[in-house]
Amino acid sequence: MPESSVNALDLYRTMLTIRRFEERCNYLYMQGRIPSTLHLYIGQEAVATGVCAHLLPSDYISSTHRPHGHAIAKGVTLRSIMAELFAKRTGCCKGKGGSMHVGDMAVGMFPAIAIVGGGIPVATGAALACKRLATGGVSVAFFGEGATNEGAFHEALNMAAIWQLPAVFVCENNLYAASTPVSVAFRTDSVVGRAAAYGLPGEVADGNDVLAVHEAAGRAIERARSGGGPTLLECMTYRQCGHSRSDPRAYRTKAEEEEWAGRDPIKRMGEQLLAQGLATQSVLDQVEKDVTAAVDDAVAFAEASPAPEPEEALQHVFWDEAAL
Amino acid sequence: MTQMSIAEALRQAIREEMRRDERVFCIGEDIGIPGGFGGAFTVTLGLSDEFGHERILDTPISELGLTGIAVGAAMAGLRPIADVQYADFLFLAMDQLANEAAKMTYMSGGTVKVPLVMRAPVGATARGAQHAQSLEAFLCHIPGLKVVAPATAYDAKGLLKSAVRDDNPVIVFEHKLLYGSKGPRTEKGALSPVGEVPDEDYLVPIGKGIIRRAGKDVTIVGKLLTMYRALAAAEVLARDGIEAEVIDPRTLVPLDKELILESVRKTGRLVIVEEDNLTGGWAGEIAAIVAEEAFYWLDAPIKRVSAPDVPPPFAPVMEQFYVPSAERVVAAVKALF
Repeated sequence: MPESSVNALDLYRTMLTIRRFEERCNYLYMQGRIPSTLHLYIGQEAVATGVCAHLLPSDYISSTHRPHGHAIAKGVTLRSIMAELFAKRTGCCKGKGGSMHVGDMAVGMFPAIAIVGGGIPVATGAALACKRLATGGVSVAFFGEGATNEGAFHEALNMAAIWQLPAVFVCENNLYAASTPVSVAFRTDSVVGRAAAYGLPGEVADGNDVLAVHEAAGRAIERARSGGGPTLLECMTYRQCGHSRSDPRAYRTKAEEEEWAGRDPIKRMGEQLLAQGLATQSVLDQVEKDVTAAVDDAVAFAEASPAPEPEEALQHVFWDEAAL
Repeated sequence: MTQMSIAEALRQAIREEMRRDERVFCIGEDIGIPGGFGGAFTVTLGLSDEFGHERILDTPISELGLTGIAVGAAMAGLRPIADVQYADFLFLAMDQLANEAAKMTYMSGGTVKVPLVMRAPVGATARGAQHAQSLEAFLCHIPGLKVVAPATAYDAKGLLKSAVRDDNPVIVFEHKLLYGSKGPRTEKGALSPVGEVPDEDYLVPIGKGIIRRAGKDVTIVGKLLTMYRALAAAEVLARDGIEAEVIDPRTLVPLDKELILESVRKTGRLVIVEEDNLTGGWAGEIAAIVAEEAFYWLDAPIKRVSAPDVPPPFAPVMEQFYVPSAERVVAAVKALF
């Protein structure tokens, strides 16, 4: 294992933060304290964590309607995400975005784009800017396998390949586009095969193994950073919850869900840390406590924050330096 | 001062802005290919010689993708001037314009800017229904986009330069019969107005309309080609003793509402001329604004002269029937007296 113990424990901590944050979101939603719906990332934490561990604030990511994990992994604060979910003025979008649009340009995350596939060309454009401005930055698009059937995916990957942009396309193949299984939407067995159609390198990683994701993403990001062009990285994973909070998941079997629960990325990483002597149980217990405290703090901050005035709906339609 | 066509004025605007700011670049189809067209209407012709192919960036035929790439590049520090060959193709790019470009600033609570320019040629020019539409109303309907429509060479240069320097997405509608494109891209039946354009740097502010002809009897609002139809109608009307005031809004969003309202308060009559289809068109919005805010100054009903609610037809004889003519404007005005 090439990872240092510090790195491995950090990856574990980030994954656990995403998990506990979202479990709390779900609880608050059930209590009616968070409006709207939620698209939970539970089960897929290894992907955002393993990829974003390589990124700097000056690198960009685009995300999807399921963005909490990407936001946390990229460094958007728990407070500002939670406040956004509570529809408060202190939220990362000042209450104008909500769950599906969290982001923070200060840490290189565009407001999440909830149109399936919409973020892929946007991230590609950011990669173009990184190249043209010679920032040394890279741009990562996160999307599900469902998005790869959108024209935006095809158009963006083709242009990224032509121009050899510093982009990484991270497909989180969680086997279902809402309720539609991959068998209904694909003739092929995998998404990564499409890389060849654009002349791109493609790689598949076990998306429930954070170290595997971290290694594969490291290769792709290093390639992008050093001028080697874009990569399509397919991470095989599973959404443990429904598509959204109103989804009873009647389209898949209990057996399948249990099988994937057995491959839970956080449980796996915890066991691995203990087995390899990289952390003791008391260290993991402390991580659990720290994470819980951070989530508690985010909730307290969100609850104490002021709601926006209704008329604030009229602000920010256009850019206004003075209103920042 | 130099005499320029609109195509030349737009090219000069792009050249000056690209010299001024390294971050400005053009992205589109067939815009800089050696031996190619320089864009569908020659606006970017020759620019790749000066700026190279990284800054005059030719794309595959991928309107959605290139627009999304322009959005991302804009958010990450560049200032793209994107180009679709015909405004009709904006429908292919609509997700990126309507859902991404227009909403990023808002959805981020005002923390993200999208300094993007999208140029789009409109107007029926004997190409049938899919290379002819006027999409101004579609784009004006989307909060978060600014929309300009220059009808003269002076405005074309000044407004495009303002659009490039604006920190918001700006749609620049250009009319195919006004470009004055030369060589094989010459348009049959084009007006191709040539105008005086200052050689030095100047801007036409976004959001300011202009009175093209002063008059006291009726206000005619027209943009792009229909501004010229309104001016031609005003000539005819003057011979009959009707003094028409012709207003060119130049910017559609944000609209210089006061200019139109002031004129109507003076003339008491309003005719709006546009090449878009009648239902849900931009003319209806102008009519509604005036009905709401200047109703008591009106001496006659507001009249819209638009294309009928049919797709643009091909046969020149049908197309001429479809596009509002000066004669139709004259008839509409006379019906108000």
